[in-house]
Parts: sequence; C-alpha cells; structure tokens
Amino acid sequence: MIRVSIDPAPIELALELAALEERGAGGVASFTGVVRGGDGITALELEHYPGMTEDALCTLAEQAMDRWSLLGVTVLHRVGRMEVGERIVFIGTAAAHRREALAACAYLIDRLKTDAPFWKREWRGEAASWVEARESDAEAASRW
Amino acid sequence: MELLYFAWVREAVGVGQERVDPPEAVYNVADLICWLAGQSPGHAAAFADPTKLRAAIDQRFVSLDTPLHGAKEVALFPPVTGG
Repeated sequence: MIRVSIDPAPIELALELAALEERGAGGVASFTGVVRGGDGITALELEHYPGMTEDALCTLAEQAMDRWSLLGVTVLHRVGRMEVGERIVFIGTAAAHRREALAACAYLIDRLKTDAPFWKREWRGEAASWVEARESDAEAASRW
Repeated sequence: MELLYFAWVREAVGVGQERVDPPEAVYNVADLICWLAGQSPGHAAAFADPTKLRAAIDQRFVSLDTPLHGAKEVALFPPVTGG
C-alpha cells in the first residue's frame, strides 16, 4: 500500500497511523514535520509543482517500498498557508521489523527535502521571505 | 515550448506560465535562461544569476547544460525547500 497526498487540508495523524497499523506489520515508524515558531515566524506557506511533485513523492515511496520490503508507505505534504504548530509533512512506514521501518522513514524525509519540488515561504506578520535551500539537506540526502 | 516559473522566479517575472518560441541558437537550458533575461525587466531580474536557478524538463530535474531538444514543458525555479 502506497498513499501519497499533497493537499492543503490538515493531517489527521491518528487516522494515518491506524491505516499503517492495519497492514499487520511488526513495526510502524513515522515522522511529522511541524511549523516551528521562533525568529518572529508566524506562518509558513508551501508551493509545489502540480504533477511533478506528486510523481516525485510516488517515486520515492516506490523506492523505499522496494529497498526495505515495506508493507505500507504514507507520504503526506501540505501546501498553502500553515500557522505555527500546524503539521506540514507526515511520513509513515510499515515493515516486518523496526530497522527497516525506521530506515525507510528517515530515507523518505531526507530525500523528500531534495528530490520533491516544494518551495517554502516564511511569514513574519505581514513580511514574507522565501526560504533558501540548506547545504545540510543536500548532505543528508546524499548519505542514502 | 511551455515555460513554468515558481517561487520568487514567478514573482520576479510576474507570471507563472508563458509560451515561448526561442531562436535556434538557444540550445540548452542555460542558453534559454540567458535569452529569457533579455525579454523584459522582470525577466532580467529573475534570470540575472543562473547559479540561483534549477530546472526541470517535462517534469524531470535537469542540469542547466541539458539540451532543450523536443522539450514540451520547461520549469525554472529556486532550489527546492520542502519537508
């Protein structure tokens, strides 16, 4: 089972985890990315490339599925505006054992940051600025 | 050829999408960026520094030295910052 979704709607964590647990796998791992406050940030806005972004996420999910013989993969990424504390991204993986589930989960979030076309804008009240790509993200992706 | 722009590239150009028919001499993506920079002040601002840009041809990431041969859709954008 592969579930990929790019959507403005909020991420329903319990539902997504329950769906993965229903796969009957021994281990379910997950990562949730949340809008961080601090540095005056009041909201984030995410833009994507309709068509290409979905394809990129599906390709990553299929790669993880094959590499770690997963029983389930869920990759959800929101777009549009999100306030501080709201969920931006959710990665869930179900595998027979914890090692595969945890490794696949880390792989997916690392690679998503460099292989899927999204662009993040930070809002500080009325002022907005586009986020610059980080070298550390490129390095994290290359270790896989 | 359909062009798509994202993030601050779109804002600088002023549109997110446009159809163009570049001259024969425009062989690869880097040439396209140089040619686009001459199209308007907004284009000049967006395409002044190619090192700040990334590209996709027909929804596949490509390097800027990739030939445009047969490309239907070319996207130009800043490095991605998702997740």
